[in-house]
Amino acid sequence: MHEMGIVMHLAKTLDELAEEQNIAKIGSVTLQVGEVSGIMTDLFTDAWDYFKVRHPVLSESQLKLETIKAYTFCENCGKTYETVRFGKTCPYCESGETYLVTGNQCIIKEIEAEENEEGQ
Amino acid sequence: MKVIELHRSVTASNDADAEALRAELKKKGTLLINLMSSPGSGKTTLLSRTIQDLKAELKIAVLEADIESAVDAERIEALGARAIQVHTDGMCHMDAGMTREGLEAMGLEEIDLAFLENVGNLICPAEYDTGAGRNVMILSVPEGDDKPLKYPLMFQKSDALVITKMDALDYFGFDLEQCRKRAKHLNPDIEIFPVSAKSGQGMNEWEEWLKKETAAWKE
Repeated sequence: MHEMGIVMHLAKTLDELAEEQNIAKIGSVTLQVGEVSGIMTDLFTDAWDYFKVRHPVLSESQLKLETIKAYTFCENCGKTYETVRFGKTCPYCESGETYLVTGNQCIIKEIEAEENEEGQ
Repeated sequence: MKVIELHRSVTASNDADAEALRAELKKKGTLLINLMSSPGSGKTTLLSRTIQDLKAELKIAVLEADIESAVDAERIEALGARAIQVHTDGMCHMDAGMTREGLEAMGLEEIDLAFLENVGNLICPAEYDTGAGRNVMILSVPEGDDKPLKYPLMFQKSDALVITKMDALDYFGFDLEQCRKRAKHLNPDIEIFPVSAKSGQGMNEWEEWLKKETAAWKE
């Protein structure tokens, strides 16, 4: 259900973009998904297939997913480590004074698009 | 086909809608508070007591968001506050667009303080900006003092944490100090209000905070 919400936002953003940039069809959408973004990629793809047919600009589009690795920074020892492997506790000094640097994003990297032929 | 590079967050359109809604509410002088919690944390009971205590001083409205049913809105309306029930149709959270629709349908004339009772869920609502001026998380004693460890984002996004059902503290081995420490670790600025809507314990501090924030929003 969470994935459905994200797909709805994605579809809305792309609809608006198509309008702005005079795009007739979107061929593919490349999305970068963080390892700890909480997004299940297979559910996301299912939700995308369900929604895209309801948006004319997106109906034939293909979704491409790329993973962004998650890293956490330790304020105590200044080292960076893999979040998925070690969680919130630093593996070097066992401090809990850590914060996520990257890996919770969901970013639209790029789209392949076909413009309207009649121009403006 | 040409490639257009975007590098834009998926929630960018929602973030823009939320900013616009927040600016409009600021202009109207209505403070919208987004209440987030798990199901059964006592949100509606807390709100009922809060409305009873504050209704002489503030005009209060409540937007109830649930996947189904209208039981919460009926409870609030019985207290004489304005209320509307929003169904999210299966969605696990409210976004800025749904919040705007709900508020517009309810009407905000002369409302000082509006509560959005978000869908009972500790994960997704924290990821979507609703356009609220303040975010408040409600955690009930039976849920346990370890929740900050499991749902860090919710604690990071909240301006205040209300710990409800304090009258049941002794039955559940809830360590208030430990919980406070964990929440402050995630968010040093979070205000914490341990309350019991049943006994009235701590309600005064919570209500004073609401009054202070409502007045500050109008400045």
